[in-house]
Amino acid sequence: MNELAQILSESVTRLFEDLATREVLEEAETGIWPENLWKELEEMGVMQALVPEESGGVGASWNEVESVIRAAGRYCIPVPLVETMVASWLCSSCGLEVPKGILTLAAGGKLEGSGSKVKGVLDRVPWGGRATAILAEAVIDGEDSIVLLEPDSGEKLAGQNLAKEPRDTLSFTNCAILTGNPLSKDFPKGLVELYGALARSVQITGALENLLGESVQFANDRVQFGRPIGKFQAIQHQLAILASETAAARAASSAACTAADSKKAFFEIAVAKARSGEAAGIGSKIAHATHGAIGFTYEHALHFTTRRLWSWRAEFGAEAVWRDRLGEKALDRGADNLWTDLVSQ
Amino acid sequence: MYDFQFEPCQLPDDTQALRAEVREFLKENLEGFPAVKKAATWQGFDSEFTRKIGERGWIGMTWPKKYGGHERSALDRYVVLEEMLAAGAPVAAHWIGDRQTGPLLLRYGTEEQRQEFMPAIARGEGYYCIGMSEPDSGSDLASMRTKAERVDGGWVINGSKLWTTHAHRCNQMVALIRTNPDPDSKHTGLSQFLLDMDIEGIDPRPIRDLSGSEHFNEVVFKDVYVPTERLVGEEGQGWQQVMAELAFERSGPERYLSSFLLLRELVKEVDPSDGTARRLVGRCIAHMATLRLMSLSVAGMLNEGKAPALEASVVKDLGTSFEQELPELVHDLLGIEPDPDGDTDLAQVLSYLTQVAPSFSLRGGTREILRGIIARGLGLR
Repeated sequence: MNELAQILSESVTRLFEDLATREVLEEAETGIWPENLWKELEEMGVMQALVPEESGGVGASWNEVESVIRAAGRYCIPVPLVETMVASWLCSSCGLEVPKGILTLAAGGKLEGSGSKVKGVLDRVPWGGRATAILAEAVIDGEDSIVLLEPDSGEKLAGQNLAKEPRDTLSFTNCAILTGNPLSKDFPKGLVELYGALARSVQITGALENLLGESVQFANDRVQFGRPIGKFQAIQHQLAILASETAAARAASSAACTAADSKKAFFEIAVAKARSGEAAGIGSKIAHATHGAIGFTYEHALHFTTRRLWSWRAEFGAEAVWRDRLGEKALDRGADNLWTDLVSQ
Repeated sequence: MYDFQFEPCQLPDDTQALRAEVREFLKENLEGFPAVKKAATWQGFDSEFTRKIGERGWIGMTWPKKYGGHERSALDRYVVLEEMLAAGAPVAAHWIGDRQTGPLLLRYGTEEQRQEFMPAIARGEGYYCIGMSEPDSGSDLASMRTKAERVDGGWVINGSKLWTTHAHRCNQMVALIRTNPDPDSKHTGLSQFLLDMDIEGIDPRPIRDLSGSEHFNEVVFKDVYVPTERLVGEEGQGWQQVMAELAFERSGPERYLSSFLLLRELVKEVDPSDGTARRLVGRCIAHMATLRLMSLSVAGMLNEGKAPALEASVVKDLGTSFEQELPELVHDLLGIEPDPDGDTDLAQVLSYLTQVAPSFSLRGGTREILRGIIARGLGLR
């Protein structure tokens, strides 16, 4: 980790320790917006960490913000920090001015239009109802484009994921976009889903790190049959698997961040989302098995992480989606290119 | 709690020319090899092939030139290994000498031992096996009993080793032997010796494996005399030396590529419009790409002089689990019978790998031992 990454990571971690308390997490589930946490994050300037300095950001690379996104996953941060960071970066990368406020990413659904008007539906947009602006793809006058929209210009249907994070569906009928641009070679069709998937795979890694730490701690503390359950080989081996899966998710998502900095990241992100999503399922299972019945209660904090993992692995393309894409490409390229393609990424 | 560190490792650009060279060599020299023979890869013993690899300077790549090496980087070596394995080259004859014996001698051997043994390995003429397990000592390796007793000018060894891979085809064995019978010296009473396989009293007996092939052996030692200069490292330090050595062998590309030829055959045979196959292949690619990152990361750390022993255990556990899962996935997908005489390469390779896959999580430390090591790293033991 370099100095910038270190500073970013330490500042957000301190903030999360203080402000992402259990109380705040519980309140957020009932729809109370954690204003204090959001304001502090805004003041820190971390939302624009990925935006180049000349556009008013920090100019950090994906590898430098990786630890921030991991921490957001580890602490189950109940605000769209990650969505705003990625949307801000995509705006500046696509030549759009970065709006202030809460930004979010819409990967599901379909928009089309003409001139500066669009119609269509955006499905299950993270904090879609509350956002200042939504970044989405649209076909405008036949051309693949990236657009920013105000949620208030559409009709909102509130929804939630398993962790009760807002996932709102918005319908637009002939609405004016805030701004938009045709897509470019570096950021082609599917970019919102792609970089949303990258962010989720890094968050998943952070959440798995939390599960691992909590599960090891629990196994060392909980005494049954006269000794800590972590002394039993059956538990040790399960936690070894959890550690290995966490390490795999981290290696894959970290490599995807490196690739994102070079803008040719489709393969690496597909691998990262498919692999971390698989690890999320295995890790949640082991963490719950280790914690026993207490971990299945609302009172215990484990579910804040596992419910997020079960949702995050499905968002911005589940494993099935990314595996299909990787598999389709491999079968298309054929056996003779299988190895050469794998090592040339 | 220990924080697993898989530092990213980027292969330098200049490895690309080397990779192309290796591919060219393999294309030429594997011409006409049946797929099922390729699938054996690092279990395939072919001294002629090994000599050709030695001629190209691809054995002992990182060793000093004065010992027959080529003073190249560990990452150059990594590229050569992964290309060999992915193509299914029969590399067993030099695998142990290159991976373990050379580095062992560089670390602990005497100048005379290095000069005597390493150049032959690098030429592709020195074939090594490793004598560790015994009839009563498998995962509990330190309970071994094969003993060496001091005599004038050396030692006399009695006992036996078991599961010694390719012992009947090798010229040398590096054996871990008990030199102190005191029960309080379980870990401190072991020493390593270099033994010529053709000396009197050493008798390797091949053991047929479940597939009918003969790879591993029981090796009986009856009053085997070994001169003092064949002791490797320090007397009584064998356990420490072996543990360091095992760390080298846990994370190489051979730990996730053992079933790669099956995936290749699958991609060749399957209908590209088959959605189930597509998803399965995609999942395998996600696993392989991640395992390669992790394996390469350990190689990079070793190259920088670090000792990522825990990370290496993680790679081996994840890698061998993947290698073992592949034949099962293919079985599930196609439902074809694994037939050694089948019409297709796919059926033959499936037949071979289904049978050898159980050994993947046994050789070089069982899955259970590795998970124990990882659990210790997590602070559970």
